[in-house]
Amino acid sequence: MKILIYGYGNPGRQDDGLGNAFVNRIQEWAAIEGLHDFSFDSNYQLNIEDADAISDQDLVIFADASEEEIEDFCLSKVDGTTGLTFTTHAASPGYIVKLCEELFDKKPLVLLLHIKGFKWEFQEGISEKAKSNLDAALVYMKKRLLHPEKFNTKDLKRC
Amino acid sequence: MAQKITIEPVTRVEGHGKVTIHLDDQNNVTQTRLHIVEFRGFERFVQGRPYWEAPVLVQRLCGICPVSHHLAAAKALDVIVGAGTGDGLTPTGEKMRRLMHYGQIFQSHALHFFHLVSPDLLFGIDGDPAIRNVIGVALMHKDLAVQGVMMRKFGQEIIRATAGKKIHGTGAIPGGINKHLYAEDKELFLNGPDPLNIDHMISWAQAALDFFKDYYKANKEFIDNFAQFPSNHLSIVRKDGALDLYHGVLRAVDSEGNRILNDVDYQNYNDYIEEEVKSWSYMKFPYLKHLGKEKGWYRVGPLARMNTCDFIPSPLAQKEFEDFKAMTNGKPNNMCMHYHYARLIEVLHAAEMMKELLNDPDLMKGELIRKGNKLDQGVGVIEAPRGTLFHHYKINEDDQITMANLIVSTTNNNIPMNESVNRVAKSWMNGQTEITEPMMNAVEVSIRAYDPCLSCATHALGKMPLEISLYDASNKLIDKKRT
Repeated sequence: MKILIYGYGNPGRQDDGLGNAFVNRIQEWAAIEGLHDFSFDSNYQLNIEDADAISDQDLVIFADASEEEIEDFCLSKVDGTTGLTFTTHAASPGYIVKLCEELFDKKPLVLLLHIKGFKWEFQEGISEKAKSNLDAALVYMKKRLLHPEKFNTKDLKRC
Repeated sequence: MAQKITIEPVTRVEGHGKVTIHLDDQNNVTQTRLHIVEFRGFERFVQGRPYWEAPVLVQRLCGICPVSHHLAAAKALDVIVGAGTGDGLTPTGEKMRRLMHYGQIFQSHALHFFHLVSPDLLFGIDGDPAIRNVIGVALMHKDLAVQGVMMRKFGQEIIRATAGKKIHGTGAIPGGINKHLYAEDKELFLNGPDPLNIDHMISWAQAALDFFKDYYKANKEFIDNFAQFPSNHLSIVRKDGALDLYHGVLRAVDSEGNRILNDVDYQNYNDYIEEEVKSWSYMKFPYLKHLGKEKGWYRVGPLARMNTCDFIPSPLAQKEFEDFKAMTNGKPNNMCMHYHYARLIEVLHAAEMMKELLNDPDLMKGELIRKGNKLDQGVGVIEAPRGTLFHHYKINEDDQITMANLIVSTTNNNIPMNESVNRVAKSWMNGQTEITEPMMNAVEVSIRAYDPCLSCATHALGKMPLEISLYDASNKLIDKKRT
């Protein structure tokens, strides 16, 4: 089973780097656990080439910071969307999934991990409140990723 | 009843903006403005930070063209650490940076053409907006959409191999570069499996040009006349007049090709360029001082570069350049939609230059850094995908940045973009009683030609829906549309 964990955001903008921090932490954990099915990536934002990056995966987990009114973190299934994106700067996960389907005829299971953030200024480092959310997301995801074949979209920690 | 129409944000433009169009009682356009309504204040943020952090810090501006800011900042700091002005680096240092830069140009231009512009060309300005996007392209012209994806991917991989990583790349440092090119990366870029190798990229770049030229033959009137107007053009060029996207001297020509800025050292840019502030936009309005605000504004970017340079130092792109110049009998090309043509010539040039550099042994060995006597300020200028990018820093005796001034590409194109909006609005909207979606898209097409990065130009962050507001003569809102 091929699994891609992909965080995106700008670590130079405080909690906007939550997705990147999640990938760093989960990569360290996977190395310690000796898990070999995983690959990892990070970027400032999703862009069109990510449609190719996810096309040969069985499971993709995007990790992103969230400004939404969620408790600490949540996990949702990503379906392809054709909705107009205003900029390529902000290509959505759904847009990437749709591109993957249309260009490469592949439909990996794609999930989006939202981690609640609070601060977005020109600074390195995650805020204390967001760190707590990151830790909670890591506990949840590590448990699930030990048995990725059992990922069932019906029992996700929904938003 | 006079009306005011507001379009925000501009779709398929990098970042966000808002356009207002004022109509008089007869529904004729009286005034247009491209507004920038947010401000990040990045130049103040870097004050007090150690100067050597700047090439990484500036990548926080946004994630769209971090390589351009990374390199422009590094070039400014080259001056501060006594490594000269761009041509003072070691061969390895300069060539690694050039490879990084051509990778950025290649991927950025490919993204813009295939995924932002091609929907307008393939489906028409008045095409169904439901399919006039890259998903529509993917459904009807899958090969084009795939090419765009894979060309961008190739450019991104070049950046990774030279900058070190995708986020907060550290490749360029004051006085040079921090690594050589790995042999396995070189082998992959030169001889990797199709399509991700440089020869395939060159053939795709040629195919993209052929696609555009075929389109041009069938749509000459539109491509030539849409939002065309005379202007000055500015860029850096190599000292011998060649197109050079990494380093050179500042040159500007007027709409007839007369030199109005004659190959000057960009360290003295302040002597030649002034920035005007206007109350209705956070984006400044640069112009050439000696010509004044009214006559001194200029275009930058691919079209301007084709107009300022004398030749292109790579054979395939040079051939295309000759055809391009022949269209206007060697005179500057002032046709807005020819930005796309020029951009594709640069895609081919970037691919050729990447191949040349990948075969250069200097990338695999040699000194990485050069330093000399430290100075207290430096200016770095680079031709970013969107146009000329200025970074200027001053430092104190504690090596802290005390002043930073950035003139980003989109800011340089501020007045031309406003002019384009004005031309298109008058052409499409005069006398109309209803503002249709194709009319609004026409305005956006005129802006998209410049490939602006409004996020970068204003240091803005945020998302806005597309909103159109209509005001009467007393500025009372009488209609509003959102998409």
